[in-house]
Amino acid sequence: MKIINTNLIKDAVEKMCIDSCCDISDDVLETYINALTNEESEQGRGILEQLMQNAQIASSEGIPACQDTGMTVIFVDIGNEVQLTGEPIGNAINSGVRNGYKKGYLRKSVVNHPLDRINTKDNTPAVIHYDFIEGDTIKISVMPKGFGSENMSTLAMLKPSEGINGVIDFVVKTIDNAGPNACPPLFVGVGIGGTAEKAMIIAKKSLLRKPGKRSNVSSDALLEIDILKKANELGIGPAGLGGNTTVFDVFVESFPTHIAGLPVAVNICCHSLRHREIIL
Amino acid sequence: MSKKNINFPCDRDVVSSLKAGDQIQLTGFLYMARDAAHKKMLEEYEVNGKFPFDIKNQGIYYAGPAPAAPGKIIGPVGPTTSMRMDTFTPMLLDMGLSLMIGKGNRSSEVKNSIVKNSCVYMAATGGAAALISRCIKKQEIIAYKELGAEALRKIYIEDFPAIVIIDSNGNDFYEIGKAKYRKMEIKNA
Repeated sequence: MKIINTNLIKDAVEKMCIDSCCDISDDVLETYINALTNEESEQGRGILEQLMQNAQIASSEGIPACQDTGMTVIFVDIGNEVQLTGEPIGNAINSGVRNGYKKGYLRKSVVNHPLDRINTKDNTPAVIHYDFIEGDTIKISVMPKGFGSENMSTLAMLKPSEGINGVIDFVVKTIDNAGPNACPPLFVGVGIGGTAEKAMIIAKKSLLRKPGKRSNVSSDALLEIDILKKANELGIGPAGLGGNTTVFDVFVESFPTHIAGLPVAVNICCHSLRHREIIL
Repeated sequence: MSKKNINFPCDRDVVSSLKAGDQIQLTGFLYMARDAAHKKMLEEYEVNGKFPFDIKNQGIYYAGPAPAAPGKIIGPVGPTTSMRMDTFTPMLLDMGLSLMIGKGNRSSEVKNSIVKNSCVYMAATGGAAALISRCIKKQEIIAYKELGAEALRKIYIEDFPAIVIIDSNGNDFYEIGKAKYRKMEIKNA
């Protein structure tokens, strides 16, 4: 049994909130560089260059790359041989978010009630997903999720007979509707199967992958490649100004589902794919 | 591609001469407001007929900054999604607003009002907030301080990069750009 004090978790979350917002990761920057050589549109290339310059300014000055530093989504995978001490983990995580958003000069974008809309002024609460795994480690992933892209996410409860073509059509239509709103080139998380909420959670969790990392399930990996190809024929391009780079990558996750259903969730992420992970 | 330098505010004939796809560098004054400030401005206007600034020939940048780090004029501040302002926009254009800067699609009502009033809608690059904040040389909150990041601000900008999306003839550069590179058609459900 490994004993972990939740103070460690609090401090790790604080740091990951700041780092994910201020430092666009190297694998994402590589994606920009690769796209520069493939993008046909001059204006599209200009946008990619702006994004690279922006990331450089943000990281060198230690300021957020984007003003929308998101609602904080956190995935926690807790090993069965871990014992947590200290304050309850949910409190520790929210304290970490509170500290990170204050110390990092990140925007507080959370309101207390969707209709009352009073800002909580510290970006809490975070949306936390817990999972229980084998082992003596705890993995924490922090994803500050901006709402320009979150707002363009969709869910469909397809008929099983609609099959793979139904899935592809729905995802590509979602990307087409997102158009310039969601800050393309996009990263697209797709969850198929499970129930309505399970599909969306796995779609979101897929956005923790590295660009270019294909699904371990070979049919899902093929689906990713197929959707990516079709999405890049839409013509939306960087910032929606036209071009052949509309989507940087597509991540598909699947889960067993009911005999009567084919849930498809599409969770859209902007060009920055912000997240950080730590294993304690 | 050459960029047009525009000093703003400017005459309406300069605004109406801009074409969808033009790359612009703006220098001058703009107001900064998101949907929460739009709602307040128009609610107050309905109650007492007063508007927080003289809107004629002015421009609004749809944005709400992150907090300024010590020594900075303003925090990172890229454009927010413009469609959230669509319900408020035609009235503001009728009142004299001539320029909007944001990101993303506008409703057909907004497009019609842009044509009717000879206005222009531009986009700044979504997500390029750190870069854009360097163009903002002065800023002050002029109303709704309680809204925090969403307060109404007046800003002075230099060489602010933007691109004309909807021009005064109703041309939409998102549609033009997409059509040029589109290789597939989608059946509407």
